[in-house]
Amino acid sequence: MGSQTQPALTPLTLTVNGRTHKVEVFPDTPLLWVLRDNLGLRGTKFGCGRALCGACTVHVDGAARRSCVTPVSSVVGKSIVTIEGLSPDGSHPVQRAWVLHEVPQCGYCQPGQIMQAAALLAKNPDPSDADIDSFMSGNICRCGTYQRIRAAIHEAAKMQARGGRP
Amino acid sequence: MNGITNVSRRDFLKTGATVGGGLVLGIALRAGARTRGGQSQAGKAGPFEPNAFLRVATDGAVTIIVPQSEMGQGVATSLPMLVAEELDADWKTVRYEQAPADKAYANPLLGMQLTGGSTSVRSFWEPLRLAGAAARAMLIAAAAKAWGVEAGTCQTENGTVVHKASGRKMTYGELAAAAGRLPVPKTAPLKSPPEFTILGKPLHRLDTPLKVDGRAAFGIDAAPEGALVATVERCPTFGGKAAKVDDAAAKKVPGVRMVVPISSGVCVIADTFWAAKKGREALKVTWDNGPLAGLTSDKITQAFEAAAKTAGTVARNEGDAAKALASAAKRIDAVYQVPYLAHATMEPMNSTASVTKTRCDVWSPIQAQTMAQETAMAITGLPRESVFIHTMFLGCGFGRRGETDFIADAVEASKAAGAPVRVIWTREDDIRHDHYRPATYNTLSAGLDAKGQPTAWQARIVGPSIFAAHGRIMSLKTGQVDPTSVEGLADLAYEIPNYHVEYIENEPGVPVGFWRSVGDSQNCFIAESFMDEIAAAGKQDPYELRRALLANHPRPRGVLELAATKAGWGKPLPAGTFRGLAMSQPYGSYVAEVVEVSVANDGSVKVHRVVCAIDCGLHINPDTITAQMEGGIVYGLTAALYGNISIAGGAVEQGNFNDYQMLRFQDMPAVEVYIMDSTEAPGGVGEPGVPTLAPAVCNAIFAATGKRIRRLPIRPEDLKKA
Repeated sequence: MGSQTQPALTPLTLTVNGRTHKVEVFPDTPLLWVLRDNLGLRGTKFGCGRALCGACTVHVDGAARRSCVTPVSSVVGKSIVTIEGLSPDGSHPVQRAWVLHEVPQCGYCQPGQIMQAAALLAKNPDPSDADIDSFMSGNICRCGTYQRIRAAIHEAAKMQARGGRP
Repeated sequence: MNGITNVSRRDFLKTGATVGGGLVLGIALRAGARTRGGQSQAGKAGPFEPNAFLRVATDGAVTIIVPQSEMGQGVATSLPMLVAEELDADWKTVRYEQAPADKAYANPLLGMQLTGGSTSVRSFWEPLRLAGAAARAMLIAAAAKAWGVEAGTCQTENGTVVHKASGRKMTYGELAAAAGRLPVPKTAPLKSPPEFTILGKPLHRLDTPLKVDGRAAFGIDAAPEGALVATVERCPTFGGKAAKVDDAAAKKVPGVRMVVPISSGVCVIADTFWAAKKGREALKVTWDNGPLAGLTSDKITQAFEAAAKTAGTVARNEGDAAKALASAAKRIDAVYQVPYLAHATMEPMNSTASVTKTRCDVWSPIQAQTMAQETAMAITGLPRESVFIHTMFLGCGFGRRGETDFIADAVEASKAAGAPVRVIWTREDDIRHDHYRPATYNTLSAGLDAKGQPTAWQARIVGPSIFAAHGRIMSLKTGQVDPTSVEGLADLAYEIPNYHVEYIENEPGVPVGFWRSVGDSQNCFIAESFMDEIAAAGKQDPYELRRALLANHPRPRGVLELAATKAGWGKPLPAGTFRGLAMSQPYGSYVAEVVEVSVANDGSVKVHRVVCAIDCGLHINPDTITAQMEGGIVYGLTAALYGNISIAGGAVEQGNFNDYQMLRFQDMPAVEVYIMDSTEAPGGVGEPGVPTLAPAVCNAIFAATGKRIRRLPIRPEDLKKA
């Protein structure tokens, strides 16, 4: 504890869900808190602050990233997508599969699970159970929805293969 | 018509017109047996009725006010289903709203507005159906009047009243205004289960769409205009406090507004969370660690061991266990231990409060609205009617959010700041400052006859009391022990002629609280593992022994047989895979689980399959029952494999998901859930999936290795092949 040099607030420009935002923040602020406190995008959740649970997962240039340990200064000029921007109307195959399989219980980890699953399907359109377990292993669900998430990812993969149709 | 009663029938109804001219119905819950506080404010006459449970708008929308907290267990759907069933509503028109804090919404089984003990459906099963039935009767009366026909000649279906003889039809929306002007019936007939069209159907949850696109607002998402953000530096040692605070550097952090002492520690209030956290890291606090500074897990165990040698308070006594043990053909003894456990809700503790001279608003992920209101009243000095509790979605509850420490943080901080403040706990704060599932130490003895049948069962439980920690000892009768300490060990259905259970309260000083499935969470592990020891000692099949001991108890025997049949008990398994089973009867339901386990040479345990059978009486939403069993199994397996809160220097050693591990995808077994058909009154489902998992796994480990796990969590080093 104890800080020697005072941090300074710095103006930065971010691209989130296709829109440009100007913020004044500490450059080391995790992207998570800029999304939540500065931009009012509260769909992305705080779970652990140490990239141990995945609740804060967003996409940075299409890849899943833990926003709780991503300094905001490192994503300037990149395309950031949050749960609010995954689809305009909740129609992404992963979101529709989540509803079909009644995945959420409390729902708190689900924005992170959904963003992680969407990133998986973007690079692996037909994942096996082992692929799912491996790619999703950083996302904790304390309600225990893992079995339904697996089923929903397979369902979303099928929807995606049909061109997004249910 | 109404053959099912789980809570006593109440006088219940009051009507009023809404601002928009629709029909509003509230249930005036009469004081329950355990409370003085159930009197309704919904009973007051007036043009607007904010405390109603049911609103039918003139456009036909049916809004049902949910008095319990939605923490994943599905009450925001299952409770509206109760109303909609008797109303004959069109389910597509049903919406729900979260109730405010008000004694009108007290949980009849708990005597206050509190979500816990798997009681939501059990408590509101009858009153919410009565609300729906009375509204339906009024809508029929309004239609009959409009048509000039007898009410008895009208029917309802899917949100409309129908007069078949003349072919006339009116929607509930069209009838709402007229129905709102009619007198409320003194009583209303309820459907019998065969008439149900909504209850028992696997319906989609009303909250799911909000939970897949980021719209669901949890406690941590509450954002009143101008809210500041705060975090609290707490003394790591339980019972310690700040002796000296140097906040000069903290106050220099840009964005930090102020540093204030509050009851739980030193509160740094800032414009953003990150500024508050930086400010907190810049604090220099000297702690007075207090009397628990030297406490360790070993010292706690030693104190428990010593206490176990003394006599306790009797929780159950039948026959003469001591005599039966002395004359038994065979006697077995064992010591079982369980650790403290943190709840680790996905959403860390937090609350937002706005305190002014005349009112206090609290936005919180709270299970206990009544106690939250009283906590805010005590801090602000405001009367009850000026304190407004806004229940947000809960990112898990598990009993942790039945406490109010996180409410006090926000109310104290807002009062000091003169502005709305959101206090957020870090994950480390959350794990190190919980109200833990008690650690306990237990001595068990059994006597067996020559055939291997148990003739005596004796248990002595040592550990802290949750009731004592919550000032609820007063609610007990003289000589009664804290039921949460002995449930699951003192109330087994097995017929054993000599049965003796004692409890010895021992208080190390670590805060304890209600943890999903409470006493059953540890006592079922102890009882069902020891029952397996009895089977092994008597050379009996663990399934057949239990079946025999439950010969006269059809419901627990029923789930045991269902789980065993579905799991293929006794049939061959792949080499290296072994079965174990366990059962329990918590919260008005009956559960049996059979697991398939393999143990690797390094001692690591893999659970491949869990077959779960539950008898929870009549089904409300079967998919929710299945989901709660799946979730309970994960919760139980997480604790069995990893759960351990250890104490050093009077503080918790763990802090985040690296050292307090959660079950992850690769550990997830295949889970199958089978729900018994039943016409019994509904039982609970939120907690009953948890207790049986640990003993079923440990019994399978015994089958696999011959090693008996008597201390949780399961430690691979104890199972390593020599």
